Amino acid sequence: MMSPALANGADPRARTAWTAGVVRFARPQRRALTAYLVAVILWQLGSTSGSWLGHDLLFVGRIPAPSTVFVTWSHLVFDPGYWQSWLSSGKRVTVGFCAAVITGVPLGLIMALSRPVWDLVDPVFELLRPIPPLAWVPASIIFWPTHELSIDFVIFIGAFYTMVLNAIGGARSVDPRLVQVARSMGASRWNVLRQIVLPGVLPSVLVGMEVSIGITWEVVVAAEMISGGGSSHGAGASGGGLGFFIWSSYVGGSYPQIVVGMISIGIAGYISSAALRTVAARLSRWNVAHGASR
Amino acid sequence: MSPGEARSNRVERAEPALRGVELIDVEKTYRTSTGTRTVVKNCSFRVEPGRFSVMIGPSGAGKSTLIRLIAGFEPPTSGEILAGGKPVRGPGKDRQVMFQETALFPWMTTSENISYGPRARGELIDQVRGSAQALTTRMGLDRFRHLYPAQLSGGMQRRAELARAMMNEPAVMILDEPFRGLDSMTKRLTLEYYAEYSQEAARTNLFVTTDVDEAIFLADRVLVMTGIPTRVRTVVEIDLPRPRRLATIVDDDRASELKAGLLAILHEEAAKAFAAGGKETADFVDAYRRHASPTSSNGELA
Repeated sequence: MMSPALANGADPRARTAWTAGVVRFARPQRRALTAYLVAVILWQLGSTSGSWLGHDLLFVGRIPAPSTVFVTWSHLVFDPGYWQSWLSSGKRVTVGFCAAVITGVPLGLIMALSRPVWDLVDPVFELLRPIPPLAWVPASIIFWPTHELSIDFVIFIGAFYTMVLNAIGGARSVDPRLVQVARSMGASRWNVLRQIVLPGVLPSVLVGMEVSIGITWEVVVAAEMISGGGSSHGAGASGGGLGFFIWSSYVGGSYPQIVVGMISIGIAGYISSAALRTVAARLSRWNVAHGASR
Repeated sequence: MSPGEARSNRVERAEPALRGVELIDVEKTYRTSTGTRTVVKNCSFRVEPGRFSVMIGPSGAGKSTLIRLIAGFEPPTSGEILAGGKPVRGPGKDRQVMFQETALFPWMTTSENISYGPRARGELIDQVRGSAQALTTRMGLDRFRHLYPAQLSGGMQRRAELARAMMNEPAVMILDEPFRGLDSMTKRLTLEYYAEYSQEAARTNLFVTTDVDEAIFLADRVLVMTGIPTRVRTVVEIDLPRPRRLATIVDDDRASELKAGLLAILHEEAAKAFAAGGKETADFVDAYRRHASPTSSNGELA
C-alpha cells in the first residue's frame, strides 16, 4: 500500500522513479545485450560452418552470416534509397494506424454505449472482421485512386478491428458505480463521458494501440510485396518501402539485403511499440502508480 | 454548542416534513432467468431529518437494493420514494451514496476527487477551493492531496470518499456498510470520527450495517429489517447520551439492554430466513448465535 517514501509527502514520484531507473534498468539492459550477442554468435557459427556438432543446420546454415549482413548494411546506410524505404513504410504505418485509432475508438465507444447502434453495427462488423487485411489488397488497389492510398487502407483495416474491440471492452469495463457517483453529484452526461468514461476506457485503448501497431508492420510489409511497393514499379528499392525492399532484394538475388530488410522491420516495430509504451505510461500515470507497488 | 441545540437549529430551517426521505409502500421485483424475485415488499419508513438512522438486517437481504432505490439509481417497481418532499426520479446531489468498496475515480488525485462534484456542476473554482481545502484538512488528508487512490490506504480512501460526498452538502448521506473491510482499529477511529462529524451539525444519515454494536454506537434510530422480501420489522430508538465512546458503550447497562433486544429480533429474522433455506442464512444464524451469547459479547467490531 503506502511505502514510507510516499508518506514523506513532497514530490514522492520523482524520487522513487529516479532510483528505480538506476536499480531496475541496469540489469535488464545488460541481459538484453547478452541475449543479442549470444544470438549473433550462434548465427555466425551456424552460417559459417553450416553444421553444429556434425548435424546439418536446415535454416541457419543457409542464410547469410551476420558478418556479411553487417557489411552489406554498412554500405546501405549511405544509400538514400534504403532510408527512403524506411520513410515510405513508416509513413504508411502512421497514416493507417492513426486513421484506425481516430475512427475505431469512437465507433467502439458508441457501440458499447448505445444499444441501437450496437444492434445495427455489430452484425456488419462481425461479418467483415474475419476478412484478413491482405484479402483487401486487390480490391483496394482497384478501388482507391492511388497505390499509396490503397496500401494505407489495407494497413488501416489491419489495425481498425483491434481498436474497435478494445474500445468496446474498455467501455464495458468502466465501473458503473463511478458513473452513478458522478451522476448523483449532478454531472452532465457530457461531463461523465469526458471525466469518467474516457479515462476509464484509456488503458484498454492503449493496449489496443500497442497490439495494432504490431499488426500494421506485419501488414505493411505484405501489402508492399503484393502491390509492388507503390508508385515506383521496378525502379529499385527506392520509394517502395521496407516490404518491397525485401522483395526486390529477393528477386535481385541479394540475400544479405533480405536479412537487412528483415532486421530493419524488426527495429522499426520495436521503436514504434516502445514509443507507444512511453506515451501510454505518461497518460495513465494513476495506473502505473498502481503497478509501481509490485 | 450541545448536540441538542444544533439539532433544533437545523430542523427549524426547513419544514421537517419536507426534509429527509420517506418510502411509501415500496416494492422492487427483479426478473431472473427462473422467473421473478421480489427483494423489497410493503416497505415504508422515514429517514428523519437531522437524525442518524441506521438500517440493520440479515446480510443478503434487500438493504443495498433499498439504497439504490433511494439514491435513484433504479426505480422501484411500485410505491413511492420522496426526498425532501419530492418524488425521486433519478440520482441527485441531495442524496450522496458511499458504497461498500471504494468508488473513488482512480485517475484523479485526492484533491481532484474531492472537488469533482462542484467542478462537474461548473461551480466557481475559487469558491469551491476554500471548502475543499477545509474538508481535506478536516479529514486529515492534507499530505495526500496529490496522490492517486491506488496510493492511499483503505482508511484514507474511505475518508477521501466521505470528503468527496460532503463537498456536495447533501441533505442525506447514505452509507452502505462503508467501513467494512477496514482493520478494526481504523474502523473504530473512522466510526468515532464520523459520529462526531454527523453530530456537530445534526446531519441526516442513513447508515447500513450488519453489526449491532456499530448500530447502537451510531444511531438515533435503528430500522430493523426483515429478510427477503425486505421491509421494516421494527424501529428502535437509541436514547443513549452523546458523545458516545465505542470502547465504553459495551459496558453501559442501557446499551446492553438495547443490544439484547436488537439481537433477539435479528435472531428471529435470521431463523425465519433459515427455515426458508439457504446456506448464507445458516451462516448468519450461526454468527448471531455466537454474537448473542453472553460469554463472547465483548463488543468486537470486526
